[in-house]
Amino acid sequence: MIMENNTSMRHILSLLLENESGALSRVAGLFSARGYNIESLTVAPTEDPTLSRMTIVTSGSQEVIEQITKQVNKLIDVVKVFDLNEGRYIERELMLVKVRAEGSEREELKRTADIFRGRVIDVTDRTYTIELTGPRDKLDAFLEAIDRSQILETVRTGASGIGRGEWILRV
Amino acid sequence: MRLSGAEITIQCLQEEGVEFVFGYPGGAVLYIYDALFSQDKVRHILVRHEQAALHAADAYARASGRCGVALVTSGPGVTNAVTGIATAYMDSIPMVIISGQVPTPAIGLDAFQEVDTVGITRPCVKHNFLVKNVDDLAVTIKKAFYVAMSGRPGPVLVDIPKDVSQHMAEFSYPKSVTMRSYNPVTKGHSGQIKKAVQMLLEAKRPMIYAGGGVILGNGSEQLTRLVKRLGYPCTNTLMGLGAYPATDPQFVGMLGMHGTYEANLAMQNCDVLLAIGARFDDRVIGNPEHFCSQERRIVHVDIDPSSISKRVRVDVPIVGNIVDVLDEMQKHLDASEVKPDAVALKDWWKQIDAWRARDCLKYDRNSPIIKPQYVVEKLYEVTHGDAIITSDVGQHQMWAAQYYKFDKPRRWLNSGGLGTMGFGLPAAMGAQMAFPDATVACVTGEASIQMCIQELSTCKQYHLPVKIVNLNNRYLGMVRQWQQILHGNRYSESYMDALPDFVKLAESYGHVGFKIENPADVEPILREAFALKDRVVFMDFITDQTENVFPMVKAGKGLSEMLLGSEDL
Ligand SMILES: Cc1ncc(C[n+]2csc(CCOP(=O)(O)OP(=O)(O)O)c2C)c(N)n1
Repeated sequence: MIMENNTSMRHILSLLLENESGALSRVAGLFSARGYNIESLTVAPTEDPTLSRMTIVTSGSQEVIEQITKQVNKLIDVVKVFDLNEGRYIERELMLVKVRAEGSEREELKRTADIFRGRVIDVTDRTYTIELTGPRDKLDAFLEAIDRSQILETVRTGASGIGRGEWILRV
Repeated sequence: MRLSGAEITIQCLQEEGVEFVFGYPGGAVLYIYDALFSQDKVRHILVRHEQAALHAADAYARASGRCGVALVTSGPGVTNAVTGIATAYMDSIPMVIISGQVPTPAIGLDAFQEVDTVGITRPCVKHNFLVKNVDDLAVTIKKAFYVAMSGRPGPVLVDIPKDVSQHMAEFSYPKSVTMRSYNPVTKGHSGQIKKAVQMLLEAKRPMIYAGGGVILGNGSEQLTRLVKRLGYPCTNTLMGLGAYPATDPQFVGMLGMHGTYEANLAMQNCDVLLAIGARFDDRVIGNPEHFCSQERRIVHVDIDPSSISKRVRVDVPIVGNIVDVLDEMQKHLDASEVKPDAVALKDWWKQIDAWRARDCLKYDRNSPIIKPQYVVEKLYEVTHGDAIITSDVGQHQMWAAQYYKFDKPRRWLNSGGLGTMGFGLPAAMGAQMAFPDATVACVTGEASIQMCIQELSTCKQYHLPVKIVNLNNRYLGMVRQWQQILHGNRYSESYMDALPDFVKLAESYGHVGFKIENPADVEPILREAFALKDRVVFMDFITDQTENVFPMVKAGKGLSEMLLGSEDL
């Protein structure tokens, strides 16, 4: 049977890797060399400073995701890889948005931010900076809910993911 | 014991039992060369170009099964080595490369002879390390050897800044290392192995397809025993030649782009396929859609899980060490009451023999011009099929693979994955270092040989009596063949003009040279050359310029869509 080119799905991969210089570039280099998609990639040290936890959001058919997982696993610096889509998981992303907020816009923006459980974390006469966390679509929805022309700047961290319940990824 | 980083490096090589280091000195490795100077356990072979150091170390590893070691300086030393590193990586050859780096305080400042070695080599090594502290040096080198040799082998590079090689540290070589992030699988899954054996016994049209993994995993004996016991046909990939004895009647020849008619058709038409240490690559199965249009069940044994279900989905994946998996298969066969289906097998062999009768490797034996195939056949006879043959890349490589019958593993050394012209001569040196008494011949072309021709000098210095069989067609033959078949005979830049007089060239390096233009002289000259046991002999065979390699599966075509000769063009 040939590798099926079935529909591309979004997957969240969780990695534990050695917290060593060069480890990040090995992962990033693998994705570009083999032509895999990266929607986002986040990484930071864990409670054990010798280990980093990385979350990669990617997409591909089941076969492609299987190859990605195997190839990532093969990297010597990678301790563990798990495809969060194999179980139930939670995903969160942090977004900071600087918006134009003048006159009547200020009240309106504040209300919209409240609905999305966002917080205004910096204020000037003419701008608000709003902090929002949530899964990707919630952040997207917020950006759609406000007037596009008001957006001055957005900064997003990309998703971090963790399995639900008692399931844990550790060495 | 307190030693400098340079001394530690050499001590580590001694502890690993390294016999030879192939290398080239320079500023960043001066301390290491100084440490080499004051000992005599590790022998250094000074090549004439870093690419050759890598190929020689690589071929030493291919021929002997041990780890190859190369030593190069920073900057241009490393960039020259990259082709050799990538060559080894593509063919999964265990090697440790030690490279010098500018001193740590200078890193990142565009210092003289600085390149980002770890960055440049990252995509073509199994792993690499930059050692920033001399205290980490010994354990890093230990890890490098461990990673290079275990699991699916590959080249590992250790980049050592000059100040690290100068600094002192307490030396003790670790007996072993463990790495939490690296645990190669060894034993295959028993349930899967059992399932695989059942499937094999149900086959009506079985086929066994073995690749370079069998040689790397030292599994030839186990493979041969299994194939013999089952009575099934067996094919080898270009990288796998010698894994199963080529003179055995159950061997149907190499498969793939220039594989035999019978091997490719058996591969295409089998109903159960056992793939061992092979990876269904594009030069082997051609168009994967065409390959998969035929129903068959596939068992795939490989040490690297990422090789399985990469291009073709398989039914029974088995990740493990080839020797262990094949041994376990034997046990299941012992216990099984089912035997191979003798009636079906008889029909299948009848079919295969009919394909064989096409005699796809026939060529014009009465030609007044030397046919390259004839030279390889005679080479086989004169060396009693017992030489180590290295090769470059092109038509000559395919003819060597088709006409030299390899009965043993580690006798056929070629750059299968990367296809690196220039591999042949330095590879012959590495093989000759590993086996000083063996007959070593490099089958090459007039273009490929010129890519590392400077190594004739290294051969002289170290008395490496390799024999060079130059199939000189005055063309980049394989390029010309594709241009003829796929580009309307437009021979763009594929003529090799202004060739040197190879006889004089060989002589100028202190070697023996022969030019052979007449078919009747082929065998006598080969005999004369191989009788000169302690000399390098360069045999320049002036061959038929128009000869093509057949069978041929054009890129993108299916395995059964072979061109068998010029009448098919
Ligand atoms: C370093 C490198 N450059 C280019 C190629 C592309 N290439 C493949 S075969 C070939 C021609 C080789 O000519 P020759 O060595 O004379 O061998 P022949 O095919 O004539 O036997 C070329 C240029 C290659 N494989 N390696």
